[in-house]
Amino acid sequence: MNCQQARPLIDPYADGELDAAGILELEKHIHDCPACALAWRNAQGLKKTLQQDSLFFTAPTELRRRIKAELRSQVETKSRWSFGNWNWLTATTTSLATACLALLLTVTLTRPSAEQRLTQEVVSSNIRSLMADHMLDVVSTDQHTVKPWFNGKLDFSPPVKDLKAQEFPLIGGRLDYIGGRSVAALVFHRNKHVINLFIWPVNKKDTQPAVAASIQGYNVIHWTNAAMTLWAVSDLNEKELMEFVQDYEAEGILK
Amino acid sequence: MVPVDERERLNLFEQTMLPHLDAAYNLARWLAGNDHDAQDVTQEASLRAFKFFGSFRGENARAWLLTIVRNTFYNWLRKNRPPEIAGELDDEAMMVEDVSVNAEAINLRLADAETVQRAITELPVEFREIVVLREMEGFSYKEIADLSDVPIGTVMSRLARARKQLQKNLAGEFQTGGTK
Repeated sequence: MNCQQARPLIDPYADGELDAAGILELEKHIHDCPACALAWRNAQGLKKTLQQDSLFFTAPTELRRRIKAELRSQVETKSRWSFGNWNWLTATTTSLATACLALLLTVTLTRPSAEQRLTQEVVSSNIRSLMADHMLDVVSTDQHTVKPWFNGKLDFSPPVKDLKAQEFPLIGGRLDYIGGRSVAALVFHRNKHVINLFIWPVNKKDTQPAVAASIQGYNVIHWTNAAMTLWAVSDLNEKELMEFVQDYEAEGILK
Repeated sequence: MVPVDERERLNLFEQTMLPHLDAAYNLARWLAGNDHDAQDVTQEASLRAFKFFGSFRGENARAWLLTIVRNTFYNWLRKNRPPEIAGELDDEAMMVEDVSVNAEAINLRLADAETVQRAITELPVEFREIVVLREMEGFSYKEIADLSDVPIGTVMSRLARARKQLQKNLAGEFQTGGTK
């Protein structure tokens, strides 16, 4: 520990707010450093100076008497059915409302958002698809084979494109289940990496820009376009995954 | 007819809060700077405390009462001395500790109450507040943070800056009035 590190710790040390490890290091430094030892003595001296009893103002007797009298007269004049109880009620209601708000905040803060839950779900699904032979229900690099395969299996028609020219070849697709509904999962490759693209319809007409997240070592990017939400998940780095997203959007949605 | 629960409530309030009336007045006195205003603030705060006594949950009664004193004071200040509010502290300004100062021993034992009182009075109001809460009331950093509604980091930096200024004020006293 040097002086620059020691000085900011002297006050917390004097206030009893330094942890055991900090105390040990600081005491060692003060022992060896006369300048910091002096700063420490000054801090102690100042504390003692500020804690002398003569600096403490006691409430004048007259003030104490007046407050007591005022409180009593407030209570005396309140009748059971009017202001007094109303006041009680206000205080109780206020504290109840505060408690409710606090609870609500706690619940809201600790409960994962819909977005966090979906992110977790698509990552889990991505991992499951890699674990077993359950990646592909339809194996084809031809978008015109993959797209019709979903007919009759989903209540929507997902936009399917091949990005072979951009070096993200389409491998195939499968049905999956995300956020309580059946969704389309398309699988792409980039070198040895697998990209799962989950697609399902949403009630949003407007386009929402891509949002990136990262959990458990997987990158997740999701966006919304033409009333479809799309979630790309991969162990690919974020930059390349973003390239994939941009290429996918640039291709234009096939009807 | 006075409802019994109101009387019980007052009894409970007097037992719980009035022992801390000195602390309440002391804080108000240091913040307001004179006895008259401090009495006004203390009285108003006490009545408010009684009004909202229903929301007291049995935690630290002194901290609870002083929170109300503090809030009452700042409301009072806004109404009566708005210019003092205007000089808001720049808590963002990082405190850079200059190791080279402080190298001189300050003989604070010489400082009599009157001198120290003047040195504290010269501090900005937020610094006076923190000095009272820490040194006179002995609250922890966490308790002060809750009471003053600022982050702990702000408590620490204000405290350090208040102390530094106090040391400077006090050291100045001895240089100018060194012969006494």
